[in-house]
Amino acid sequence: MNKKVGAILRHSFLWVWVLVLLVPVIFMFLTSLKLFRDIISGSILFSPTLRNYRELFLASHSDFRRLTLNSIITSVGTTLIGVTVASLAANSLTRFQWNKWVSGLIMGGVLFIYLLPPIIFIGPFYLLTRSLGVYDTPLAIIMGHTAFNLPLAVSMLYDFFADIPKELEEAAVVDGANRIQTFLRIVLPIARPGVAATAALVFIFSWREFMFALSMTSTPRGMTIPVGISAFVQEYNIRYGEMSAAAIFAMLPAVILFIFAQRNIVKGMTLGALKG
Amino acid sequence: MAGIAPDSSISDPSRRGIRSSQLVDRTFKYWSIVPIIVLLTLLAVLPTIHLLRMSFSEVETSGSETIWTYVGLKHLRTFLSDPVVPVAFWNTLVFVVVVVIVEAFIGFFLAITVSRTQRLVGFYRTVFLFPLLIPPVAISTMWRLMYDYNYGFINQLLGLIDVAGPTWTADPALALMCVMVVDIWHWTSFVFLIILAGLESLPHELNEAARIDGASERQVYRYIILPLLRPTLITAVMLRTLFAFKVFDEVFVLTGGGPGTATELISVYAYDVFFTQFRLGYGAFLSLVTAVLMLLFVLVYRRVNQTR
Repeated sequence: MNKKVGAILRHSFLWVWVLVLLVPVIFMFLTSLKLFRDIISGSILFSPTLRNYRELFLASHSDFRRLTLNSIITSVGTTLIGVTVASLAANSLTRFQWNKWVSGLIMGGVLFIYLLPPIIFIGPFYLLTRSLGVYDTPLAIIMGHTAFNLPLAVSMLYDFFADIPKELEEAAVVDGANRIQTFLRIVLPIARPGVAATAALVFIFSWREFMFALSMTSTPRGMTIPVGISAFVQEYNIRYGEMSAAAIFAMLPAVILFIFAQRNIVKGMTLGALKG
Repeated sequence: MAGIAPDSSISDPSRRGIRSSQLVDRTFKYWSIVPIIVLLTLLAVLPTIHLLRMSFSEVETSGSETIWTYVGLKHLRTFLSDPVVPVAFWNTLVFVVVVVIVEAFIGFFLAITVSRTQRLVGFYRTVFLFPLLIPPVAISTMWRLMYDYNYGFINQLLGLIDVAGPTWTADPALALMCVMVVDIWHWTSFVFLIILAGLESLPHELNEAARIDGASERQVYRYIILPLLRPTLITAVMLRTLFAFKVFDEVFVLTGGGPGTATELISVYAYDVFFTQFRLGYGAFLSLVTAVLMLLFVLVYRRVNQTR
C-alpha cells in the first residue's frame, strides 16, 4: 500500500514537469495551425489549416526558403569541416605515440576555447569577414561555427576512438594495410555510431546557433532560420501563425536527429561534465 | 645485354607514385594533426589576439576598410563611468544565482525520482532532453506566445477565473523573472542529465549492503547517496553557472534588455554596444571583461575542487 502511494507520488511529480515542458510546445504547435481569428478567440475548437506553413514557404514576400537554404549550407558545411578535421586529429592523437607535451597542449587548448564565451568572437569576426568580403554570407557563419564546435567534436571523437582496441589495428597491419587504410577501413567504421552522434550534435548546434549568425548577417543573403525567427518575434504587429510555424519547422532537425542517435548524443552532451 | 637496367625503376613514374604515397602514409601521424592546429589558430587564437587589440583601440569601418586608432585605456575609463554597467552586472548576478539554484534543485529531484522509477523511464528521459536540443530562438517564440498580453496562454488561463493578467515581459517589475522562467524551462534538463548519469554510476552494492544492515531509505540517501553524489552536483552547478553567464538568445529575443534596463545583461549590453551603437572598441573591451571574469571563475572553481 505504502509502496503504491510512493510510486503514484513519484509519477505525479514527473508528470508535472512533463506538462511544464510540453504545454508551451503544444500551444505553439496549435497556434501554427490556426487562422488569425482562431488565435484571437482563443478557442480550443477550430479547424486546423496549413495556411501559415504555405505562407511561410510559398508566399512571394517571404524569405524563408532562402533562410532555410542558408541554414542547410551553414550546418552541413560546419559539420563536414568540423567532423573531418576533428576525426583526423583524434585519430592521430589516439593511434600514434605523441609526446605528452604536444597532446596536452592540443587538448588543453581545445578545452580553453570551449570555455571562452562566444561573445568575444563577434567583434573580431565582424572585422575579419568584412575585410575578406564574406560578411553576410553563410561562409562567414561557417567560420565561427567551426571554431565553436571543433573543441566538442575533438573531445567526443577522442573518447570514441580511444575505446577501440589496438589489437584490431595490429591485425590489419599484419594483413598489409597502411596507416591511412587502417584509419579509413578499421577505426572509422568501428567508431561509426560515435562519429554519427558527433556529426548530429555539431549539426544541431550549428542549426540552432543565434548570436553569431545574427552578428555576421544583415540581409536574407546570409541570414539563417533563427535570425529570421527573431525578426518575426520583434515585429510590432506579430504574425502569430507564421511565427509559430517557423519555430516548429526550426525544431524538426533536432527532433529527427535525436531519434536516430539518442544514446550517443546524451553521451556527448554530458561530456563536459564528466571531464570538468 | 638489352636487359632492363636495375636503376631504370627509379625513373619509372608508377614506382615514384608508390614512393610519394608511402611518404604520405608514413607522415600521416603528423599531417593529420595539422588542420586542427591551423583552424584553431586562425579561427580562435588570432581572433582572441585581435580582441585584445580592439579593446585598446577605436575601430571604425568604411566599406571593407578598417581604421584603427590606438586609445590606450580610454575604454576602461568609459567602462568605469558607464551607468549601464553596474545595472547589467547586477542583473546578470541575480539572473545567474536564481536560475542556477532553482535548476539545481528541480533537476536534482527529477533525477532522484527517475532513478527510483521503473516504468516510463525512457519517455521521461526523452521529454526532459527535448528543451536542450531545440533552437533557443524557438523557445523564445514559444514563450512570446505564452506571455502575450492579449492572446497568450497564461493570460487566457487567468481570464477563465476572471483575472486580468499583467503585461509580463513588458512590465519592468516582472520582466527579469519572466526571462528567468524561460531559462529554467530550458536548462533544468541539463542538471537532470548530469545527476542521473552520476546516480547510475554509483555502485549498487553499497545501497544493498546498507539496506541489509537495516538502514532506512532516508538514511541511505542521507549517508550514502548524497555524499557520493556531491562531486557530480558541484560539477553540474559549476557548468550551469558558467553557461548562465553567457545567456543571450532568449533575453535578446524576448525583451532586448528592456523595458528600460530591467533585463539588461552583460552579453545583451555588449551586443547592443557593438551593433546598435557601433562602438566596436568599447564592445570588445566589454566582452574581454566578461571572458576574464569567466576564466577567473573556472580557475577559482578548480582551486577549490583541488584543495578539497
